[in-house]
Amino acid sequence: MSSDIHHEHVSHAAEEKAHNALNKKLIWRVFWILLFITLFEVGISFTGIPHVVLIWTFVALTLVKAYYIVGFFMHLKFEAIAAKYSLLLPFVLIVYLIFIALYEGTALMHTPY
Amino acid sequence: MANHSAVASTSASKIWGGGTSPFGMRWGKMFMWIFLVSDAFTFSSLIIAYGAMRHRFPDIWPKPGDVFTHFPFIHGHVPLAYVGLMTFILIMSSVTMVLAVDAGHSMNRKVVLRWLGLTIVGGFMFLGSQAWEWFHFIKGSENGAYVLADGRFARTDDLEPGVLKFHDGTMVEGAEAQTLIAGAVKNIKGANLTENEYGNTPLFGNFFFFITGFHGFHVFSGVMINIIVFILVYQGALDRKKDYELVEKVGLYWHFVDLVWVFVFTFFYLV
Repeated sequence: MSSDIHHEHVSHAAEEKAHNALNKKLIWRVFWILLFITLFEVGISFTGIPHVVLIWTFVALTLVKAYYIVGFFMHLKFEAIAAKYSLLLPFVLIVYLIFIALYEGTALMHTPY
Repeated sequence: MANHSAVASTSASKIWGGGTSPFGMRWGKMFMWIFLVSDAFTFSSLIIAYGAMRHRFPDIWPKPGDVFTHFPFIHGHVPLAYVGLMTFILIMSSVTMVLAVDAGHSMNRKVVLRWLGLTIVGGFMFLGSQAWEWFHFIKGSENGAYVLADGRFARTDDLEPGVLKFHDGTMVEGAEAQTLIAGAVKNIKGANLTENEYGNTPLFGNFFFFITGFHGFHVFSGVMINIIVFILVYQGALDRKKDYELVEKVGLYWHFVDLVWVFVFTFFYLV
């Protein structure tokens, strides 16, 4: 019953896109991207780049890798928008926790156990 | 019942007006996602706690490049290479899992079994690598580290016997080092939950055991669940149901385990 109603509103192009969302070629492309980023991270960790720059590069590259794993391997990029928002928005709390915990850690520097 | 295709719709009233699934997925998969979000929060808390303590003790916290330097059959310091290899194994097993899920969409039992089997092999390889790493972390170096009479913490290096290394990069060797060792308060070898030779804080060892251990336990559970699903597919249970979504659900869990490792790799081994 519901599928007939629904199909009228899904354009043919969108259906095609969802169907071919994760073909084998794309799977292997994501694999090479993840492998290349990992090798790149290990590589630059031995260079003389200042530590602060390295840390932020690592954080950024980690988020890129997370995007590819969650978006493509876990298929979230191709799920309904309601699912995407429901599953990703809670992580705003994690960003807040990072901020308060690191701030607190720095403030407590050298206090006894 | 067929709500697989409910992926994209045009207007909000069409999505939430009833008669269709707003999330475009069945409840079993949605609940796997919700579990993974809660699990992500647990892992985030562990890694953020690590970060907070690292910010609290910046001058005594061990540099990961000085701790994880072993590689099988290689005598010498090879920092990061081994965890790099472990990352490769886990990403590879993630790819075989996607291919299994992909074959599940076309209900190709044989191909699902092949890729799921390789995923299980990859999982065991990762667990074996982790066991090897834990063994070396717990065993430590030949001479360990010394807590000197003046309270300073000095590490030794198997490749440079008789040299004491301090956290700030300074070194002492020869007779002076021998005097310091003779007067040392304590000699720490390897690592446990109360002390470790890598830095003058038990927290480093604690976080290592808890974070990589919690992740390793997830990998172990994942391998066990994959084996159960492998047996079910082998017996043809999913063919009888004409529904391979189970493979998709365990696939989500397995990719999540890979995702967590990406973060552990960065925040424990790289930064």
